[in-house]
Amino acid sequence: MRCALLPIQIDRLWLKARHKPLLRDISVTIKGDGITVIMGPNGAGKSLFIRCLHGLSQPDSGAINFAGTPLNSDIRQRQALMFQKPILLKRTVQQNLAFVQSLRADILMADIERVLEQVGLRHLAKQPVKQLSGGEQQRLALARALLLRPEMLFLDEACANLDPASVGQIESVLLEASNRGQKIILITHDIAQAKRLADDIVFLHHGQLWEHSPADRFFTRPASEQAQAYLDGQILI
Amino acid sequence: MKKYLYAAMLGLAFSAIGVEAFAGSATSIVVQSTTSTKNSGFYDHLLPIFTKETGIQVHVVAVGTGAAVRNAMNCDGDVLLVHSRAREEAFIREGYAPRRYDLMYNDFVLIGPGSDPAGIGGQKDIALALRQIARTSATFVSRGDDSGTHIKELELWRSAQTDPSQHSGDWYREAGTGMGATINIAVGLGGYTLTDRATWINFANKSDFTILSEGDEALFNPYGIMRVSAQKCPSAKIEEAQIFIDWLISDKGQKLIASYKTDGKSLFFTYPK
Amino acid sequence: MSIFQEALSTAFLLILQRDADLMEIIGLSMQVSLTALFIACVLGLPLGALMGSREFRFKQSLRGIFNALMGVPPVVVGLIVYLNLSRSGLFGALELLYTPTAMIIAQVILILPIIAALSSQILEDLHEEYRDLFSSLVVPPHKALLAYIIDARYSLLTIILAGFGRAISEVGAVMIVGGNIDHLTRVMTTAIALETSKGELALALALGIILLLLALLVNFAAQQFKSFQTVQRYGGGR
Repeated sequence: MRCALLPIQIDRLWLKARHKPLLRDISVTIKGDGITVIMGPNGAGKSLFIRCLHGLSQPDSGAINFAGTPLNSDIRQRQALMFQKPILLKRTVQQNLAFVQSLRADILMADIERVLEQVGLRHLAKQPVKQLSGGEQQRLALARALLLRPEMLFLDEACANLDPASVGQIESVLLEASNRGQKIILITHDIAQAKRLADDIVFLHHGQLWEHSPADRFFTRPASEQAQAYLDGQILI
Repeated sequence: MKKYLYAAMLGLAFSAIGVEAFAGSATSIVVQSTTSTKNSGFYDHLLPIFTKETGIQVHVVAVGTGAAVRNAMNCDGDVLLVHSRAREEAFIREGYAPRRYDLMYNDFVLIGPGSDPAGIGGQKDIALALRQIARTSATFVSRGDDSGTHIKELELWRSAQTDPSQHSGDWYREAGTGMGATINIAVGLGGYTLTDRATWINFANKSDFTILSEGDEALFNPYGIMRVSAQKCPSAKIEEAQIFIDWLISDKGQKLIASYKTDGKSLFFTYPK
Repeated sequence: MSIFQEALSTAFLLILQRDADLMEIIGLSMQVSLTALFIACVLGLPLGALMGSREFRFKQSLRGIFNALMGVPPVVVGLIVYLNLSRSGLFGALELLYTPTAMIIAQVILILPIIAALSSQILEDLHEEYRDLFSSLVVPPHKALLAYIIDARYSLLTIILAGFGRAISEVGAVMIVGGNIDHLTRVMTTAIALETSKGELALALALGIILLLLALLVNFAAQQFKSFQTVQRYGGGR
């Protein structure tokens, strides 16, 4: 099954803040299913880039099309985004999911049980979220994203600061979702994780696109010096 | 739980409306009154009997004479009961009431601390007593609120040919408040003040204060009663207001007023027929 | 016996005997202030949520006005309400002056700014936190407003109690628009003012003690409500 929001065509994307360009003239087309990983040093504009793809930030110019249609609220409802620091309602685990359920007619109460099971939080359903660990909170955010059954899922460094077990659990859920035909676009600084998950890599630096290649080629023979330096652990200026 | 809370609050909201409806259904009048009559317990003595006989509820708003007259001019009262002859006559002259009825009288008294620093003790001539206070710069607390008592006090200072306003803030203190509150201040400061006798007799926080000057003709304190004019205040309850006034000035009402006593002392006196 | 001892024993006796006049006054105080509080919340919380979570023209001016109104003396509010409800005023025909309704109106005006201004601050903080999520989930505005109010409920409860405190303890406004009429508009505070002016200081203080107890009782009830909610939500299972 193929994601119906593909291909994503991004054409000459610009975004400036106080006259400083944060995204410069990015043009890229993401065609393939599977998992696209966005890499690049801090300040490269990765977060801003996926915020633009999800409509949380407005580009100054340029076009973003999903299967030929510009981003609109219908498309946004078919996407989901996991933030680096999960944003959760100050309620219980169960109530956080029930809130999402109340927004969409096609989600059933039974689905809540299912996604809780999937991320291993069923035993914590009645806990207030402030009593959860960082890993549990992020897994709840993942459960919420799964509940929405998005055709396209964005993750903004969602695995940063998590213990290996939580990371492993999130990755296996992502791979499952990807196999079911959900498109996944994630930002990570963890090269090993990128190697484990990525089908293709988008490399950004200083708000510019330097490279978009299949994962195996990116990690063996990156096209740009910048990407090579990044992979070698050098500081990019 | 939340539902119960909302239900409880809604219930309260409606019960408030209920009170309104109840208050509106009984015939009631509003009396704009001086504080002295209210604080003396005068109404508690008379109103239950009146309401029982006529079925008319009487709501008393007690403020200073000045405020009472102004409220009545805004038609926020059906009956006006005050004690300042000049204000009452002006009220009638301007057409706010058809006529004034003599209701009752008592008198003003000068009270002060037992130590009597100005040496007034027993000086019957109020003008001399006030002059004595001014000469010794003993503390005097004035109502300062445009009430009947305040108007009377200013008259008395004029007759004593003294202008205390020059010493305001010094020995002459203008409280700007009701009679009882003013006595509280006088007691607190150990100063003299002028009060109507009814308030004084009923006042609980007397400390060592006593009456130091009384009985001068100038201290006469007549109370008048009026109903507002139907022309000025078309929505006023003219008929009920007149029933109330007629009842008070009837032989029966006058007897009840004269019989009202605290500690065996009469508070108000009625005029011989 | 000092006046404090006398006041304490008077207060105790009044409560013990369930003095009919006192019960009536307490009932009216609670009725007026709770009704005013309820109305002020119904108007003020959505207004606060709106100011805290939406951008619109004159928003800052509106906030400034509410902030300033928090400090308006009750007497001034009373005077404004009096002038409007007076038979010669704009709404004189409604005959509301010297009724509990007039007191409720005055108290709503007094506490609405507190509820709106303080809740807008709290809800703004929450909005900052939730904004990206709600935008991502495409949450309709009315559901977002409701979510802010529900999730800030404990902080809002504190604000609501502050509003109640201002309403029940206020004397200047209810004195002017209620008139302190016996059995009709006499509440705790105006009764205290009256007894003070009669020099009945111990009785006045006793009423003050009872008012304090009432306020404590309401705060205690709110506390109970809060912990009950917590147990219901988080403890004990379904």
